[in-house]
Parts: sequence; C-alpha cells; structure tokens
Amino acid sequence: MNLTMLQKKEKTPAIAWALRVPSILFLILIVVVPVIVIFQDGFREGWHEFWYQVNLPIARHAIRLTLYTALIMTLINAVMGMITAYVLVRFDFLGKRFINAIIDLPLAMPSLVTGIMLVVLYGPQQSLGNFLLERFNFRIVFAPTGIVLALLFVNFPFVVRTIQPVLEGLDQSQEHAAETLGANSWRIFWKIIFPALVLPVMGGSLLSFSRAIGEFGAVVIVAGNIPLKTQTAAVYVFSQVESENRLGASAVSIVLVLISFLVLWIANSIHKVWRTS
Amino acid sequence: MMNRRKVSFGSLALILSVLLYLCLLIIGPVIALISGAFESGPWLVIKSLTSPVLIKAFLLTLRIALLVVFVQTFFGTMIAWFFVRHEFLGKAFLNGLVDVPFAISPVVVGYMLLLLFGRNSPLFPLLERINMRIAFASSGVFIATLFVCFPFMIREMIPVIESLDRGQEFAAATLGTNRWTIFWRIIFPQLKSGLLYGMTLTFARAIGEFGAVFVVGGGVQGRTETVTLFIFRCIEERRHIEAYSAALLLGLFSVTIVFFADWIKRLQLSKKRISLLEDSLI
Repeated sequence: MNLTMLQKKEKTPAIAWALRVPSILFLILIVVVPVIVIFQDGFREGWHEFWYQVNLPIARHAIRLTLYTALIMTLINAVMGMITAYVLVRFDFLGKRFINAIIDLPLAMPSLVTGIMLVVLYGPQQSLGNFLLERFNFRIVFAPTGIVLALLFVNFPFVVRTIQPVLEGLDQSQEHAAETLGANSWRIFWKIIFPALVLPVMGGSLLSFSRAIGEFGAVVIVAGNIPLKTQTAAVYVFSQVESENRLGASAVSIVLVLISFLVLWIANSIHKVWRTS
Repeated sequence: MMNRRKVSFGSLALILSVLLYLCLLIIGPVIALISGAFESGPWLVIKSLTSPVLIKAFLLTLRIALLVVFVQTFFGTMIAWFFVRHEFLGKAFLNGLVDVPFAISPVVVGYMLLLLFGRNSPLFPLLERINMRIAFASSGVFIATLFVCFPFMIREMIPVIESLDRGQEFAAATLGTNRWTIFWRIIFPQLKSGLLYGMTLTFARAIGEFGAVFVVGGGVQGRTETVTLFIFRCIEERRHIEAYSAALLLGLFSVTIVFFADWIKRLQLSKKRISLLEDSLI
C-alpha cells in the first residue's frame, strides 16, 4: 500500500498538488475563515466585555432556555427513538413500511416549513391548539413546549436511524435463552438489549443535542421572539444582529459554537469507542 | 428472519404509542398544513402560488441551489477524493473541519458572513473598489447556502470513493490507458449514483435554507428574497393562505426529491446485491 502510494507520488506530483491545493484552500476559505472572524469579533474588547455580554439577563436567559429545551428534547427523543426503532425492527404490523418512510420526512423538510406546520396544528387560533389551551390551559405555541416539539420533529430521525441497524444485528439467541430460563420481557430488555444500545443511543442523542442548540427556522416560528420568555440563543443572536448590537451577537454566537463543538466532539469520541468495542 | 411473537398486550401498547407519537409529531402537522392551505378553497392556493413575487423568489432559490449543487459537485468530489486517496499530515483535523457547518447554527453562519463581508469588515473597501457586494446581495445568499450545504456531498462521496474497485484502474493503467480515459471510463460510472444522491441532498438542503440566508441577505424583496424568506414575510404580515400554500409547495418539492433519490439509491443497492449473488452462483 505504502509502496504503491510512494510510486504514485513520484510519478504524478503535479496532479496530486493540483488536487491538494485547491481542496485545502476551498475548505479553509469556506469553513475556517468565517469561524475565525466571529471569534476575533467577539473578543475584540477583551474577555471582560465578552463575559459581560454573555451575562446580560436576556442573553443568559436565552442561553439557559436553549440548553434546557434541548436537554428535554434529547431525553424524550432518546426514549421515543429507542421504542420506535424497537417496534420497527421486532414487530410486524399493517402500515409498517409507511411508518418507516415517515421517519425520514424531517430530514427532507425545511425547518421553516416544520415550524409553520406545528403552528397550524397547535397554534392558539387553531382548533386543536385552542382546545388544549381552553380546556387544559396547556399552551404549546409561543411557549417552551413548542420549542421542545419543534426540536423533537427536526431531530426525530437521528436516534431511530442509529439504533435500527444495531437492533437488526443483535444476536437473538441470548434473548431466547433468557426467555427459556424464565426471564420476563422487561428483564430481557434491561439486561440484554439495553446494554447493546447504550453507546449508540448516547451518540445519536448528543448529535441531536448539538443540532438542537442552533436550530432557528422551526423555533422562531413556533416560539415567537419574546425576550426573557421564549427567545432561544439563536433567535437572540438574530435579534441582536437586527438591532446592530454586534458585540452581543458575537459573544452569544461564540458560546453557541463552543457548546456545539464540545458536544460534537464527545459524540464522535463515543462513536469511536462504540466502533472499536 | 423475524421472529413473530404472539401479539401480547405489552407489544400492542408499544406499537400504539409509537403510532400516536408519530401522529402528534409528524403526520398531524403535515395534514394540518395541507388543510390550512386549502381552508378557503383551491382557488386561493393557485392564486397565491402564481403570484409574481413568489415566482421570482422561487426562481432565485432555484438558481442559487443549482449553483451550489454545481460548485459542490465539483469541489465536494475533489475534496472527498483527496481525503480517500491521499495521506498527509493533519488529515484527521481537516476531515473534522468538514463537519463544522453541521454544528454551527444557521443564524451564526449568516452573521459570520456579514462580519466578513459587511460594512464594518476590513474587506469592505476592497470589495467596494471592485464593485462587488456580498452582504445583502444574492452572492451573499449563495455563499451562505454553500457553507450550510458544504458537508453533504463530501460525506456522501467518501464511502463511494473508498469502495471503488482499484483493480480495474490498475489493469487499465497497465494496459497503457491514460488517466483521463481511466477516469471517464472506469471511475466515473462507479461514482454516478453516489453523485446523484449527494447532489439531491445538497439541492434539498439548499432550497430549504432559512436562517443563514435571512441574516446575510436581509430578504430584500425581488433581490435577495428566497422562497423561505417569502414565506416568513407572509407569516409576519399575517397573509396566512399565501404562507401555507408556499410552505406546502416547498415542503412537497423537497420531500419528493429526497424520497425519489432514496428510492433510486435503494434500487441501485438491490441491483448490486443481485449481481453479486449472480457472480457467486457462477
């Protein structure tokens, strides 16, 4: 392998460089430069100012709301994703293929359209939304519940699609053995199936968490833009750009980017551990 | 393959809870949007879908998405090729960079580009001199969309290039075929279906982009207003039927092409499996 590569390199350095230079250049220009610019802008007045901007009550509330809704979404998504994958792999029922196809729908749906769909169904002026509000005083749209719902929609496929192949590849003879020995299905799930799913579920969940933190299109429609109430960090950045508070926008952007990178890095490490084990 | 158990109470409850969840989360909202758009009859839907402002926005979206697909087909494949076939220092790092656009909020993407090309940027006088506007212009919308769609093509092409049969390439090279012919005759046919799938995903993502395009383009009507921005403006101005109709059109368009691409990919896979089976039988 190494030898052939060496020979190839010696033979065609020109072509290799013709491929290499534009590739790296394009990657750096498109991806790296913008990221550097935002860090440079956020810290241009020093750490102190950055910290001040992040700690403004509205900004702090927005960041906290973002983390909190993303966390709730991640937990629900992990549980429901696991159940959905289990049902799709282990049971046969009418309409299963339709359900299986529906799961990919959020991947293809533009997030703005997602937000509009949720408002049309659950908005206060609509029949179902109005019913929930009047009868149970349960507000979905323009409330944190709506944010969680939007994030759930957008991130639904991630956990399901990570677990499905794992469940399919699981050796069922262990389960049968346990069943023969008299274990009930609850125990079989916790002792045999669940341990195999832990790492993939965690990886998929963290991936969806990092995406949820930055979600904008669906959230801005469903949550509205009410500071200290339903304004998430991404929407906060948007409103600060509109009102030309550059420092505030940059500071919160940096926080968002850092959290996403950190979570993504953990997700990748988990994925690596899972693959090697 | 599947072990059919008796339908016990527990499993029935599981199936029903999944169905209920999907109805509340996905199917219900989709139906609501359709009925919301047709609330006042199909005529209003047709009328809003044929409004010149929407058509103009749609054409802009289409133009930008096609341009992004074109650029990414070329550069994305090149970068993927480069990652698979070349060894160099810092490859893992560069490979990680490819996923950066997935991790950054679209609003932040738009804002970054605004900082980079906007009025306060050190680049601005330079851009002014060559009479090029990027912030609040369609070129900015293009760059933002390119950023957001960057990983799709690369992530799709890397496994495809990894699975190429190199024996054929070596055989052709031994027989004295030049690189150009090898590429078009041997490599390209194997890349085709992967390319098509990557292009579709990129296109679908490009037409649906909202946050980044909004921040960098500003949604100037007739100049930088893409379909998503048109829909958002309609919502703000409480022109609900127009917003719902355009959203329905966009969603339907996007979902159709992605599902179509999925279907083609699955077809290709099963074909490959059948041919493998035939090979092993022979």
